[in-house]
Amino acid sequence: MNELLQQLGTVFAWLSLLQFGGTNAVVPEMHRQAVDVLHWMDAQTFAHLFALAQLAPGPNVMVVSLMGWHVAGIAGLLVATAAMTGPPCLLAFGMSRLMRRAGQSRWLAVVKDGLVPLAIGMILASGWIMASSSESGPMSLGITAAATAFVAFTEYNLLWALGAAIGLGLCAQAAGFG
Amino acid sequence: MNVSRTELFLGFAKIGLLGFGGVAPWARHVIVSEKRWLSEREYASILGVGQVLPGPNTVNSAIIIGDHFQGTVGAVSALLGLLCTPIAVLIGIALIYDRISGLPSVGAAIAAGAAAAAGLVIGTAIKMARRLQPDATALVVGLAAFASVGLLHVPMALAVAVLGPISIALAWRKRRGG
Repeated sequence: MNELLQQLGTVFAWLSLLQFGGTNAVVPEMHRQAVDVLHWMDAQTFAHLFALAQLAPGPNVMVVSLMGWHVAGIAGLLVATAAMTGPPCLLAFGMSRLMRRAGQSRWLAVVKDGLVPLAIGMILASGWIMASSSESGPMSLGITAAATAFVAFTEYNLLWALGAAIGLGLCAQAAGFG
Repeated sequence: MNVSRTELFLGFAKIGLLGFGGVAPWARHVIVSEKRWLSEREYASILGVGQVLPGPNTVNSAIIIGDHFQGTVGAVSALLGLLCTPIAVLIGIALIYDRISGLPSVGAAIAAGAAAAAGLVIGTAIKMARRLQPDATALVVGLAAFASVGLLHVPMALAVAVLGPISIALAWRKRRGG
């Protein structure tokens, strides 16, 4: 048990620092470690846990919490989550302090200016990837387009879009289109 | 603007709990539209910094925003809010998943929800771009970021490593010139 926790801690602490652009960047390596190298689970279980984490609310990093839970119960969940978020959080905190010290300095303003278009481009890209990896079909496309317009051009609560889509999906399924 | 530790915890808990299929749209919605903790530009630049650091974007941003308002304790409050409540929900879903995963209506709801979630992310990027009114260079950088990661499937780390310095250099030139 202790050995398992140690494995979880080491593997995820190491992977955590490779999460450039988010957790999804390290999913292939996570799969290799969990399934092929350390035999925590088979490929099917990995896929299953991954789907489950996507389905649930919260940041994508929580797939790791679920894996820790699967491998070593609640202790595993805590160790895996702490290992995967701890090192990046410390880095972010260091960066935050650096920015506070820099205050209104010019170089910081320039760096921030430069990163803004990048941040927005990356959000657009991840939405695009989500749209193209979800089930295609006229209904999915229509829902994605409608939700896009709803968010882009109104300030209403996003739950309306999500709720309407799920309601539509259920109705279509009940009517036999799904 | 003064945001208390409790407000940070609750605000980020809301972001985590509502963030089906990704927390990025909810983070912007809660922080900028609903609670007005930060302006569109302040938020976008923190997100940009969170993106070049390893680790989940929203987690990094939570640390920086928490630290900005309430120092170390604020950073921890924001982080715990973002992670704890969704983890509890995730465990709940994991416990009942086997019983509900076979139901056709659950499948239909998830498919529709996933399609809408993609739209929320795309719409958020469009809304931020609309409100920040980028100049031509920023627009080109943002579209290059989108195209490389979203269409050409370049790893995000590589795209950031190449486009980041270019974008910062362009921002530097613009500031010196203007």
